Amino acid sequence: MTVSKNSGNLVEHLLAGDRRAAARLITMVENETDDHHEIMRRIYPNTGHAMILGVTGAAGVGKSSLTDHVIGKLREQGKTVGVVLVDPSSPFTGGAFLGDRIRLQRHARDEGVFIRSMASRGYLGGLSRATYDVIRIIEAMGRDVIIVETLGAGQDEIDVIHIAQTCLLVVTPGMGDDIQAMKAGLMEVAHIVVLNKADLEGTDTCLRHLQATMDVARFDEGAWVPRIVATVSVASKREHIQGLDELMAAIAEHQEYLHKNEAIDRVKFQRIEQELGLIFKDALQKLVLKGLKGTGKKKKYIQKIMEGKSDPYSVVEEVMKTYILSREERQT
Amino acid sequence: MSKKRKKRIKVLITKVGLDGHDRGAKVIASLLKEAGMEVIYLGMYQTPEGIVKTAMDEDVDVIGVSYLSGEHLVFTPKIVEEMRKNNLDDVLLIAGGTFPVEDIPTMEEMGIDRVFRAGTLSGEIMEYINKNVRES
Repeated sequence: MTVSKNSGNLVEHLLAGDRRAAARLITMVENETDDHHEIMRRIYPNTGHAMILGVTGAAGVGKSSLTDHVIGKLREQGKTVGVVLVDPSSPFTGGAFLGDRIRLQRHARDEGVFIRSMASRGYLGGLSRATYDVIRIIEAMGRDVIIVETLGAGQDEIDVIHIAQTCLLVVTPGMGDDIQAMKAGLMEVAHIVVLNKADLEGTDTCLRHLQATMDVARFDEGAWVPRIVATVSVASKREHIQGLDELMAAIAEHQEYLHKNEAIDRVKFQRIEQELGLIFKDALQKLVLKGLKGTGKKKKYIQKIMEGKSDPYSVVEEVMKTYILSREERQT
Repeated sequence: MSKKRKKRIKVLITKVGLDGHDRGAKVIASLLKEAGMEVIYLGMYQTPEGIVKTAMDEDVDVIGVSYLSGEHLVFTPKIVEEMRKNNLDDVLLIAGGTFPVEDIPTMEEMGIDRVFRAGTLSGEIMEYINKNVRES
């Protein structure tokens, strides 16, 4: 079937579950075409029903190979799956090498699995700016579960927590002691800590450190206490793959917890709050940059600061007055 | 219909069949990345159906196939047929690698938009893609 490039038609096809339409709309949203906002306005009411699973962790811990197994398990349960894989863009050329998909290729011909790779395009936080909208697009396709795999996150790339209902943090043995595990950031976002490559030396010590970290952390009465699951996601023999049923059980358990405690509404609220904040920030930035563009003022401001005649805070205040407050005043 | 801005060229780099030599494909993927393109790397042992399905879901502008095991005349028609079946007529299909120079016209007749042999300067490949890639 040929999909028209007209975005209105595309949205209709998307809502009917058409993957070509989804693929096209994702590109349009990624490239911020002129009708980006209109597209999202039409898609948004048809979203919010999917279960969203986040997978994060450092580069090379096995996020993609775990995702591959989770997809397989979800398909066994008869669920349709959407997957978003984020890998970093080069800060120098803007190019990207998107290599996660190679681990998921056995699902390439399964109609029940839609996989999309995305480059971060300079967005910090472990995702790309368009990821938020792309998840909505895949939701609107009617997928039951959406898996969001972040780029290889270090200590603080935790934006996935704003989208994912259940968040997996993947670690491996030998990544540091309990002091590392006690630090703020990534460890705190996990609902399930997956100790992958649990056939490596140091697994027992690592499990003890992770458990010790959980033991000293304080949890409110009735709050979810992160589960720790040991897995082996890659092995030369199929029977050496381990921990997947335990992982799926932990995911189901967390989902049950969310729904039983109406915590799911809080999660959905946080997601919208984050989206709103980002869209608002983008709009403000565009407004100011559009005002400054071509005026040569930016250069003058920087020179003034260099000469000690002004400072960044005064400049921003002046710019905000010119391009935002004045508009408001004009309207009143 | 509104104007569309193309920000990044998206390329799928893959091998097909049992061909187990992936160095060339990796070098090309790297060069394209350095030229500012977004490259989805599929690696070895792919099928024509899987490649084309991936190209559709990823909405790539270019499919690049690397051949080094003499399977170029076997798999090219299969990939072209899959692309035709799925209306990927605006996606560029390019191929590279090592094969007899006499086979190039045949490959192009079969439907490859442009064939690059080992030894091609990277600038030539970038220029070709930039000039011929679809608008939106």
